[in-house]
Amino acid sequence: MIRLLIILIFMATSVAAVEPDEILSDPVLEARARDISANLRCVVCQNEPIDTSNAGVARDLRLLVRERLVAGDTNDQVYDYVVARYGDYVLFKPPWKSTTYALWLAPFVIALLGGFFVALVFRRSNAVSGGDETLSADEEDIFADVTKRHTDGDMQ
Amino acid sequence: MKRFLIFLPLCVAIAIGLAGWWGLNPDRDPGSVPSALIGQPVPVFDLPAIEGIGVSGLSTQDFTDASGPILVNVFASWCVPCRAEHAVLTRMVREDGLVLVGINYKDKPDAAAAWLTELGNPYDRIGSDETGRAGIEWGISGVPETFVIDTNGIVVFRYVGPITSDAALANIRKALAQAGADKP
Repeated sequence: MIRLLIILIFMATSVAAVEPDEILSDPVLEARARDISANLRCVVCQNEPIDTSNAGVARDLRLLVRERLVAGDTNDQVYDYVVARYGDYVLFKPPWKSTTYALWLAPFVIALLGGFFVALVFRRSNAVSGGDETLSADEEDIFADVTKRHTDGDMQ
Repeated sequence: MKRFLIFLPLCVAIAIGLAGWWGLNPDRDPGSVPSALIGQPVPVFDLPAIEGIGVSGLSTQDFTDASGPILVNVFASWCVPCRAEHAVLTRMVREDGLVLVGINYKDKPDAAAAWLTELGNPYDRIGSDETGRAGIEWGISGVPETFVIDTNGIVVFRYVGPITSDAALANIRKALAQAGADKP
């Protein structure tokens, strides 16, 4: 009984939204279809890939992806087909083009600026603390004086 | 170098302020999806008519030899907001004298026919898209959706959701006027 329950639980997590009648008989094509669907955004639920979405349009798009694959399309051709209708928006990984340069480059630019700033701060703090590490004779005298006064104070 | 550095916090504050001003603008809808079809010709599709309502079907051909701008409305009898929008569309057709065509999305023909009999039919043509495939060609994400097509068969405007607010209606009227003005 418990074993059956465990098996059922594992089955439930691996099925996602792909319904049995959608699955292609060719396992290679089906695997490619799953790959593509995982990278296509559902236009209704927006932050879910069509692979796990239960929306009607998502199901239609899953079927469409499979239909294109069976017709002999490459993965890129399938993406292009969907992008032509729904725009770059449906891709979870946006393409590298003039409108997305800022998107792709921003992390590196920010990291570079951050690194530059950190380097600046470190250099400045080094400059302040750097120099002769030992005390001069005058400083030794002052130090001895202060410690002496301090210990005397404690004794009172 | 140091003198310019004192302006850095001010610049950062202005940048954050601008980002907030843009991001918190109540007119901005972060969920809205831009249509890939704007500026593109009407997609290739060919839909049959709904039996028994006396209105012909809809295909790409109907847009290529149009004499004026066309309003395309995607609707379904099971779609509740479409019911509210129907009255607005009917009034627009009556008052503005525009050409309105419909795509009946994922609907049973007899259900659609009954819906149109009950509410009246403002559409010049209706294509029955039972499978939803034409809907994908149009890049729709749900119903209702409305498109404005200019005289050259180019998609110039798209509205997602029911046209029930004055702002939505004004936007569509503006797009229609522009599409009509582009006439060669």
